[in-house]
Amino acid sequence: MERSEDAAEAGLSNRWPEILVALFLLAVGVIVVSDSMRIGTGWEEGEGPQAGYFPFYIGCILLVSSGWILIGALARISKPQPQFASWVELKSVMQMLVPLSIYIVAVVYLGLYVSSFVLIAYFMKVHGKFGVIGTVLTSVGVPLAAFMLFERWFLVPLPKGPIEQMLGL
Amino acid sequence: MEELNNLLHGFSVALTLPNLGFMVLGITLGILIGVLPGLGGANGIAILLPLTFSMDQTSAIIMLSCIYWGALFGGAITSILFNIPGEPWSVATTFDGFPLAQQGRAGAALTAAFTSSFVGAFFAVLLITFLAPLVAKFALKFGAAEMFAVQMLTFCSFVGMSKEPPAKTLAVMALGFAMAAVGMDTVTGTLRMTFGFPELLKGFDFLIAVIGLFGIGEILLTMEEGLAFKGKSAKIQLNIVLQTWKELLRYWRTSIRSVLVGCWMGVTPGGATPASFMAYGLARRGAKDKDSFGKGNVEGVVAPETAAHAAGTSALLPMLTLGIPGSPTAAVLLGGLLIWGLQPGPLLFQEKPDFVWGLIASMYLGNIVGLIVVLTTVPWWAAILRIPFSVIGPVIIVICAIGAYTVHSSIFDVIMMLVFGVFGYLFKKLRYPLAPLVLALVLGDMAESSFRQSMLLSQGSLSIFWANPLVAGLMSLSFVMLLWPIVPALKHYLRGRD
Repeated sequence: MERSEDAAEAGLSNRWPEILVALFLLAVGVIVVSDSMRIGTGWEEGEGPQAGYFPFYIGCILLVSSGWILIGALARISKPQPQFASWVELKSVMQMLVPLSIYIVAVVYLGLYVSSFVLIAYFMKVHGKFGVIGTVLTSVGVPLAAFMLFERWFLVPLPKGPIEQMLGL
Repeated sequence: MEELNNLLHGFSVALTLPNLGFMVLGITLGILIGVLPGLGGANGIAILLPLTFSMDQTSAIIMLSCIYWGALFGGAITSILFNIPGEPWSVATTFDGFPLAQQGRAGAALTAAFTSSFVGAFFAVLLITFLAPLVAKFALKFGAAEMFAVQMLTFCSFVGMSKEPPAKTLAVMALGFAMAAVGMDTVTGTLRMTFGFPELLKGFDFLIAVIGLFGIGEILLTMEEGLAFKGKSAKIQLNIVLQTWKELLRYWRTSIRSVLVGCWMGVTPGGATPASFMAYGLARRGAKDKDSFGKGNVEGVVAPETAAHAAGTSALLPMLTLGIPGSPTAAVLLGGLLIWGLQPGPLLFQEKPDFVWGLIASMYLGNIVGLIVVLTTVPWWAAILRIPFSVIGPVIIVICAIGAYTVHSSIFDVIMMLVFGVFGYLFKKLRYPLAPLVLALVLGDMAESSFRQSMLLSQGSLSIFWANPLVAGLMSLSFVMLLWPIVPALKHYLRGRD
């Protein structure tokens, strides 16, 4: 992945992802340290270390290490950076990430079986250019197999939505 | 020869018909997991773990560890036939494996890879058989301070031995510990970092993290690389197998070297991936015809595969004896043991000998079964890889979602899986290592409790970590590891001043 910015394919450089992730870690560090201080980082007489004793130091390590990464990234900010990913690559990632996110939301409201059917059918039809029969067989077959395996065989109920309720499952 | 007796007893536990069935099932699932992108040893086992809660513990661990062996075997298939490493530890196998396949010698390359994997694993299991009881006996004398020192050494080794920037290794490790601390503190009952969200009371489950970081993260990475798989087909004929075996005997020197590298890297938490690269490098340096490496040299397949399997297998030694996993997959297995109420560590050998020796015996059997299964079923796996990613991708997402949900029957976990997945992608791209994060998440509570116990014993004085030569040695070694990355910079600086 050692590509430079002037490579043939345009894309996103490491600059901002690096800084944003470091800032995120720094923020987590602040949360950990402040919450540890709230519950006490000291020594409780007769009890031993308080609940925030260990996490406090963990938070400090996180603050120092993410601060170190951030300073490094800021120091390099005007220099050429390796590429994070090209726009084409990021587009393909989004082609997965967006339907995936919608799928997760759908699992919450529609249950797992219906959402999985839609997700598989969408990918096969839109990206795979499969015929109707293959698409239907696979996209119905996988959730059905999951249903048989989990609900019937292992007796592990998976999230269900209004449609399963209508069918009385 | 107490070990041999124990081992024989172990064989009698493992060698029942149902257990053999679970072995074959585990190996097959493992190869499938190893072959498919987005599913690997760690998250594959994490997904299947909830299904084993109702099984007999020994059968369950046999099946799960066989999934692990299967995944190790499976990684080689994709590397050789498709030039796509199914697992990070099989990257080095592509260097010579794929050129061999292009020259029409895929059968030889695969046979070499599988056989070397078997050899590597076999020696690592021998090491476990004879060394594990000794380590366990020794570790029985460990107090809280020694336990913490060993854990400290594990984590400092990551900083010292990782190829990733040390600051990033430290940061993800601290992130893992911080996430492990979320929820109710078991000692004082105080709620930590829950901010009033009932979902956070249980804390972050490492299984969800593993499924997200490795599963969803890997799917996103695969999407980035494009969807087309173009591979070679493969059939393995018996005469090619025999021919290759004859050829492999010539590489005994490389095999021994790779076994040593692998065992060392597996016991210390270097892991299978660096072990495979190191063994490849050593084999190349030691070879007479260095130029043939990278163009299809069988020796270049033997070295990384032997080392990766030796490392992957010996990673179970510290997990069983000290409760410290040497790899993310071993960490998931450890998590499974904890869920079953088995505390890995020295006491396990005394309290559950059936379980421990059954597992060790199953490692021998599992690898033999694995070798036979992969050698006979290669064409099928190659065929699975020809299914387009537009089918495999969404199906794997569904499997990951089911896996994440079944851990606690919680929808919140499925959402967390997505969050972890995005971070898995970002971390991989920005060279944050994932293994220390997972290990910290698994070991966080244990490390904290051994630290607290030490502090209680010493009434809050850190001097307990230098109280006797053993703990002092472990702690000093930890600090050497921690400060190791500074050495080159220091050298550079001193040289600059001259």
